[in-house]
Amino acid sequence: MASVRRQAIIHRSPDDVYAVIGDPATIADWFPGMVSAEVDGTTRTITTVSGLPMAEEIVTNDAIQRRFQYRLAPGFIQDHLGTIDVFDVGDGTSLVAYSTDCEPAALALMIGGATGNALKELKRQLEQVQVQVREQETRR
Amino acid sequence: MGRKILFVTTDQQRYDTLGCNGGTLARTPVVDALAASGIRYERAIPQSVVCMPSRSTMLTGQYPSTHGVWMNGVPLPVDAPSVAADLHRAGYRTALIGKAHFEPFMDAFGRFTENLLARSGEETAPRPWADGTVGPHRGFDHLEFATHGAAGMLHYAQWLGTHHPEAVGMFYAAIDAGWNVSALGGGDTDAPQVKANPIPRDWYHTDWVADRTIAWLDGLDTADDWFCWMSFPDPHHPWDPPESEMHRIDWHDTPLPAGYPTTAAERERILDDKPRHWRMWYDGELVSNYEAPKHWVPAAMTADQVREVNARNAVECELIDEALGRVLAAIDARGWTDDVDIVFTTDHGELQGDFGLLFKGPYHTDSLMRLPLIWRPAPAANVPAAVVTTPVGLVELAPTFCAIAGVDAPDYLQATTLPVDDADAAARGKERVLTEWDSELWGVAVHLRTITRDGWVCTAYRPGFVHDGTEGELYELGTDPFQHHNRWNDPAVAALQSDLVADLWDHQPPAHTPRLDVEAPV
Repeated sequence: MASVRRQAIIHRSPDDVYAVIGDPATIADWFPGMVSAEVDGTTRTITTVSGLPMAEEIVTNDAIQRRFQYRLAPGFIQDHLGTIDVFDVGDGTSLVAYSTDCEPAALALMIGGATGNALKELKRQLEQVQVQVREQETRR
Repeated sequence: MGRKILFVTTDQQRYDTLGCNGGTLARTPVVDALAASGIRYERAIPQSVVCMPSRSTMLTGQYPSTHGVWMNGVPLPVDAPSVAADLHRAGYRTALIGKAHFEPFMDAFGRFTENLLARSGEETAPRPWADGTVGPHRGFDHLEFATHGAAGMLHYAQWLGTHHPEAVGMFYAAIDAGWNVSALGGGDTDAPQVKANPIPRDWYHTDWVADRTIAWLDGLDTADDWFCWMSFPDPHHPWDPPESEMHRIDWHDTPLPAGYPTTAAERERILDDKPRHWRMWYDGELVSNYEAPKHWVPAAMTADQVREVNARNAVECELIDEALGRVLAAIDARGWTDDVDIVFTTDHGELQGDFGLLFKGPYHTDSLMRLPLIWRPAPAANVPAAVVTTPVGLVELAPTFCAIAGVDAPDYLQATTLPVDDADAAARGKERVLTEWDSELWGVAVHLRTITRDGWVCTAYRPGFVHDGTEGELYELGTDPFQHHNRWNDPAVAALQSDLVADLWDHQPPAHTPRLDVEAPV
């Protein structure tokens, strides 16, 4: 199976980062190109900006290990596993690794490219919030 | 009122497909006439032999290392330098009609502006420019896109789907069910990426590109200065021109390419003289990039398949020539001819049977690196016709467009203008052209750096999946026009080899940092 990994350093605590990643209904808020996500038990249905709905099975949502995994349902994608790991690298900073294992390989590249973009947006949002919190604390 | 610029590109077209370059298969009287009255370059060399990096070089005037598009699937940053932006700022009306491919086609998440514009129907969209200002996307105030066939959401595919839905399925399906570049054979010989296409000629993308270009030109004021990049998707594979046009060239009568090694033993001897990945691809043991069908083994290709591919390719070249003729007639009807510079070239070549191979990849020989390039300066500029034998690079196009428009050369350019003749080239010290290849896909990395200078082409290999960094290729172009004799390890030219390699490394362009990610297959 083809494997693509993207990663980002986010200047927020691992618990803060995982609080977002581990809430599967909010993915459309930080994954550009995804317009909606609906969760029903362990099934999440996301819709892309191109109008393509895709069903996913949530495989792992482990707040202790800070690991989130999901599978896109078979169809034109033969096999898929998406894995988001949040690592504590100290000083209130997290390393987030977003892996895409997928067959066909070409789709791993396309999905993997989008996950890299999603990590940039997640970093932007979380670090922006951090800046706002610091600014509020300074004002007090 | 200044000089107007019609920049015509094709995709994956060899030097020897034009009559003016000695080609005998396709009839190309329109381009031949431009060459006769303009400047014909005998050794125009791309800075990359695949689409996205090479096209990005044309737009930015930078080497792939610097603009950052190091392989297909890496999008050119939206705020990358753009000669179109500089011309737009100087008051030019600017358009790109046809194949752009600065951004990936495969885009389920709607991330890339080219795809978003095609979907929305907007002519352009405001985007950041390299200088920190905001302007139309990459400097073009009109964008209409096409690629090879009717798949996807680009303007041509939408037009065909709306107006001629019955034709959408007539094209070759370039991607197979496994999302790989298809190896499916067709035509009379079962050649890969070949299909008899029943589409009427005037629905085919070549004529659509010309039609849309004429429509855009018709909307301009006579006094407008304009830069129009008319970009034909052909003769890139798949080779599926309208079947109604195949009567022009009978593949049965099509000669094999000059220098074609007709026996397997000869092909293998030539390939074994080159770094390993050549032979490994031929034998079907290694596909090092996404540009060639994953499940196709070149060693199985027959001479008749080469003939059929080349016949279909030649028909596509003829259709381009005729489409260009229609655009030139429209320009003439507007009274613009004396003030229009026309530049005709392509992004890279095609193996087209050479060495028993097809398509493209990390193979820096004339098949992929010797390109057609014609510059017909505006007749009002009184530039004498010439043939330039000095090697030139596509990186010299953007500075040339600036000079034509009277725009000061922007700081980001990494080259100077194309020479107007060999004396001009010598006076300005033009002596070397560099080409790069980088690919990393599924653990297979290939990294080449090439210099063309003094009648030699020299490629040094960096460490990769099957290379340890000591390999290389060295060919004397005059005595070895098909690059069959690799002299990298020839003691008789060891000093020359060392000098070329030193020169190559001394002139490497600065690298884009951070290195950009591959975002999609293509």
